[in-house]
Amino acid sequence: MPRMNNKFPANFGKPQNTKKAIARLFKYLKVFMPLIIISTILIIANTVFRIIGPNQLAKLTTILEKSVPQFSNGILVSPGTPFEISRVWEIAGILIVLYAFGAVFSYIANVMIAKVCFKASQKLRTDISNKINNLPLKKLDRTPHGDILSTVINDVDLVGQTLHHSVSTLVGSIVLFFGSLFMMFITNWLMALAAICTTLLGFSVMLIIIKNSQKYFIRQQRQLGELNGVIEESYSGQTVIKTYNAKEEFKEKFEKLNEQLYVSGWKSQFISGTMNPVMNFVGNLSYVVVCIIGSILFIKGEIGFGVITAFMIYVRLFTNPLNQISQAMTSIQSAAAASERIFDFLDEDELEDESHKNVNIPEIKGNVDIENVKFGYLKDKEIIHNFSAKIKAGQKVAIVGPTGAGKTTIVNLLMRFYDANDGDIKIDGISIYDMKRSQVRDIFAMVLQDTWLFEGTIRENLIYNKENVTTEMLDEACKACGLDHFIKTLPNGYDTVLSDETSVSVGQKQLLTIARAMIQNAPMLILDEATSNVDTRTEETIQIAMDKLTENRTSFVIAHRLSTIKNADKILVLKDGDVIESGNHKELIKKNGFYAELYNSQFSLEGSAVIE
Amino acid sequence: MLKQLKHLTKKDWIFALIIAAFVVCDVYCELRIPEYMQQIVITIKSGGTVNDILANGAKMLMFAVFAILSVIIAKFFSSRVAIGLGKKLRSKIYNKVIDFSDAEIKKFSTSSLINRTTNDVVQVQSIVAMGLTLLVKAPVMAVMAIIKIVNTNLAWTLATAIAVGMIFITLLIITFVAIPKFKKIQTLTDNLNKITRENLTGTRVVRAFNAEDYQQSKFEKANEEITDNHLFISKTMSLIDPTMTIVMNGLPLAVYIIGAILIYNAGMFEKLSILANMTVFGSYSIQVIMSFIALIMIFMQLPRAQVSARRINEVLETKSTIEDGKGTDKPIKTGEIQFVNVGFKYPEAEEYVLHDINFKVKQGEVVAFIGSTGSGKSTLINLVPRIYDATEGQVIVDGVNVKDYTVEQLNDKIGYISQKAILFSGTVKSNVTMGLKNGEKPTDEDVKNALDIAQAKFVYKLDGGVEARIDQGGKNVSGGQKQRISIARALARKPEILIFDDSFSALDYKTDKALREALKTKAEGTTCLIVAQRIGTIKNADKIIVLDKGAVVGEGKHDELMKNCSIYKEIALSQLSKEELKNA
Repeated sequence: MPRMNNKFPANFGKPQNTKKAIARLFKYLKVFMPLIIISTILIIANTVFRIIGPNQLAKLTTILEKSVPQFSNGILVSPGTPFEISRVWEIAGILIVLYAFGAVFSYIANVMIAKVCFKASQKLRTDISNKINNLPLKKLDRTPHGDILSTVINDVDLVGQTLHHSVSTLVGSIVLFFGSLFMMFITNWLMALAAICTTLLGFSVMLIIIKNSQKYFIRQQRQLGELNGVIEESYSGQTVIKTYNAKEEFKEKFEKLNEQLYVSGWKSQFISGTMNPVMNFVGNLSYVVVCIIGSILFIKGEIGFGVITAFMIYVRLFTNPLNQISQAMTSIQSAAAASERIFDFLDEDELEDESHKNVNIPEIKGNVDIENVKFGYLKDKEIIHNFSAKIKAGQKVAIVGPTGAGKTTIVNLLMRFYDANDGDIKIDGISIYDMKRSQVRDIFAMVLQDTWLFEGTIRENLIYNKENVTTEMLDEACKACGLDHFIKTLPNGYDTVLSDETSVSVGQKQLLTIARAMIQNAPMLILDEATSNVDTRTEETIQIAMDKLTENRTSFVIAHRLSTIKNADKILVLKDGDVIESGNHKELIKKNGFYAELYNSQFSLEGSAVIE
Repeated sequence: MLKQLKHLTKKDWIFALIIAAFVVCDVYCELRIPEYMQQIVITIKSGGTVNDILANGAKMLMFAVFAILSVIIAKFFSSRVAIGLGKKLRSKIYNKVIDFSDAEIKKFSTSSLINRTTNDVVQVQSIVAMGLTLLVKAPVMAVMAIIKIVNTNLAWTLATAIAVGMIFITLLIITFVAIPKFKKIQTLTDNLNKITRENLTGTRVVRAFNAEDYQQSKFEKANEEITDNHLFISKTMSLIDPTMTIVMNGLPLAVYIIGAILIYNAGMFEKLSILANMTVFGSYSIQVIMSFIALIMIFMQLPRAQVSARRINEVLETKSTIEDGKGTDKPIKTGEIQFVNVGFKYPEAEEYVLHDINFKVKQGEVVAFIGSTGSGKSTLINLVPRIYDATEGQVIVDGVNVKDYTVEQLNDKIGYISQKAILFSGTVKSNVTMGLKNGEKPTDEDVKNALDIAQAKFVYKLDGGVEARIDQGGKNVSGGQKQRISIARALARKPEILIFDDSFSALDYKTDKALREALKTKAEGTTCLIVAQRIGTIKNADKIIVLDKGAVVGEGKHDELMKNCSIYKEIALSQLSKEELKNA
């Protein structure tokens, strides 16, 4: 089965430990063992048939040759032995049966192996996706998304395809190799030896070429990466390049790399392109050697004519698997590297199991006690030093402070995205660490600055995984967020699909996320920079909506624009991981401390300079 | 696909001829080899000596060597032509895209353009690499081999024809059944990718809503779909192997059976020639079949390469909507800007984003634009550096319509700072001095100056100072830092006009304020256009232009607008309390 891929070697990753990776993979395939064993037996059977074939053909040729009169210097030596035509049909019959069974076996085996490989790929993908949902954010935040995506898509694909193509080839090839070796030796050891020697000679030449050409492939791969980097950044920053008249600069950079890639590219292409012809040559060489030696032996009367024909086929059967085994080995190497990446990811530490926690949570009132919380993303770098706060049910709490003060960290701790190093957070007297993570998250509705929506209808996005949401509830939430008009203007209303093509502004997306939080109707609320994506006029609409939302709910609000939190019951001013001031707006302004400074610099009213 | 061939130069065509010549040479040699086998058969049956055999063997060997040499030479040239074509295509696309205007980039989308420049070129390149030799070899081989066998015996030729037919039909069926499914793979993979990406970017939301199972079930569905598709394809494709086995083994068998019958019925003196013919016929018939298979394989890969070729052509045939002006030879440097009845709509859009815009900016003035999301303020200032062209009316800079400048002349006047700061891999310095030609390369002093005004003093603390490394996309500096370096980049050009497209939003209030102060003192005489969201940023501008739904609804100073522009007042009030405004 041809694999339609490009000429660039897909993956040059070297596995750390091929054997271990393969062993692990086979362990993973355990469920499919019956299928694997049956298909292996079928492949072996098919291969054995292929090896018996030439033997039968040899018999046929010998019979034919014997019937041809033998001359010597134009003089008839013997008139030839006539044969029975039925004998021909007998041999032909055996061969036809062998080939037919072989074909059927090979089809069944192929389909079975395909099933194993694709089902295994499916399972791997499911496991990875599950893993994503069970990894601590500590890990997830530090891993580039591209890496994980490439594991889910490319690595799994590589493993699946390689198994599919290589394993059956490998089994077949190995059997074919030893089988034809065996048959050659029992047919005629001298010719066998000659054939093997020429083949090995050819192969050692090829190995030398491969060894010396590896550097071009590696160079090509690296330069391709560099060139792609330049392309990527020039396309994404094209406006800047253009408006800064830097086109020539970038073109030069590009052309230089492009030229380099051309040189290493044609060299690798040349080398990989000559591989097959060289193999072909090795085949031809063995063919010639077998012909010569065979004929000489025939003249000397040591072998029958059929031996030559048989050998001509055996030589091909013998060289082909060598080529295929070496190809399969390289792709298995890269598959091993890919499966290592997959299993490394699957082996990551998961979130602590919480099934033993079964706290009964009464109806939430919303008293929150944060007690001496200490936290750092890295062990030796504490960000939150000693955070304590008492929040009464129904209060609106604002957290303010300069960038890097740890505002969002507080959200991470409240939602248990991260766990505190020390200290405790209690909701209505119950520690959130005694609850299951899912229980904690059920208590909060959350709106983040990041306006995350998925491709699907507006309805699906608003309802998300909440059950029993009526259209009336949707209407109400959308009206509260000022979205009702926008949704009416859409061609399909709530059933309009949000995708890259739908033109929804960031502000509208933000409103949708707020509506989504409203529909969740959780007892407490977290708003992390929820209005930073909308202009101030739209913000007013949202503000009204949010005030409605925060009514009688304990809520935590983080905001860039201090105007939005002026009516908070409690403002916590965070600086370098400590609460340095707290109180309501009036108190804090009166205090004329850090908050007041922050507040004033925002508006720079009193005679402060604006560009003039 | 054929269109790509016009990118080949004369030299390439000469190479192609050389390749063809050597391929023919290779085929000729390969087909000569079995002939000597035939000779050997006759020799041994006519009582020849070992020397006769060796002489024939030596000739076989010679042709085998010639064959491999021809192939190597052909491959040498073909890889140069194919990879060279790839290089040329990549370069053409790159140059084209760099000249595109924003509209074209948006039309294709950046990621698609990147794909077209990288993967699609590789696709075309590899089919050309393969095609250059195989496309010649396969038909030549088929024709020459057929000529060799066609005169020997009709029954044998017929057997070969049937074998070719069988392969052809099998592949045809497979093509029709499997190719549509092949095409589907990409969409299904994209879908899987999309769902995973969604899950990754939205982790916090997913977990906050306890929606892990919801996401997982979505993933499962896509996963199931792609697996089913793969399984279907493999069921069809698995037919190839057994068909090949049957043909490759069955054909020689058929040749031998026919041979046996012929020999059985032949007279005593004809038997030898039939036996000799039979031996070589086996080889030739396999050659014929192999060349047909090779041809079919190329044609099966062709659709994919064709899609790539079409995607490349789409880029190459797209004209940039922003055309270079003739240029003007009177380089007045003042920094005056005037909009006369300007209207703008996106191509193919129905509604105008901007209409009837009129205003004038004098040298050194600071003009701010404010309005709600979607009011068209960003679009408006993008008309000055011709990121878009006005649909109606004129945008005039220094007395000349912007469309009459060469793009380079116009850009030399402007320092444009986009909303999203973009940095390139290199150093801080290479980013700041980007685009300045050798003659005008700023001194280190100038670079420092620009960084200072842009409040980017943090640079000196970086490892390497102004020579500190910047990763691709500026990933190793924060958003605010990126924005400050990009502001320094604009200042280093010492432009007549600075355009800030909402570039202050990424800065915290203190930096915003300090930057404005520094600009006021150190960049005096430079005209500034500012799009801003915060009233504080623009309150003291010389002129504030208020936009609403693409039209100017107010123009003047802060105090005037507070009195006579309701929309401005509304915006201001939403940010400041009444007392605060009164105090101002």
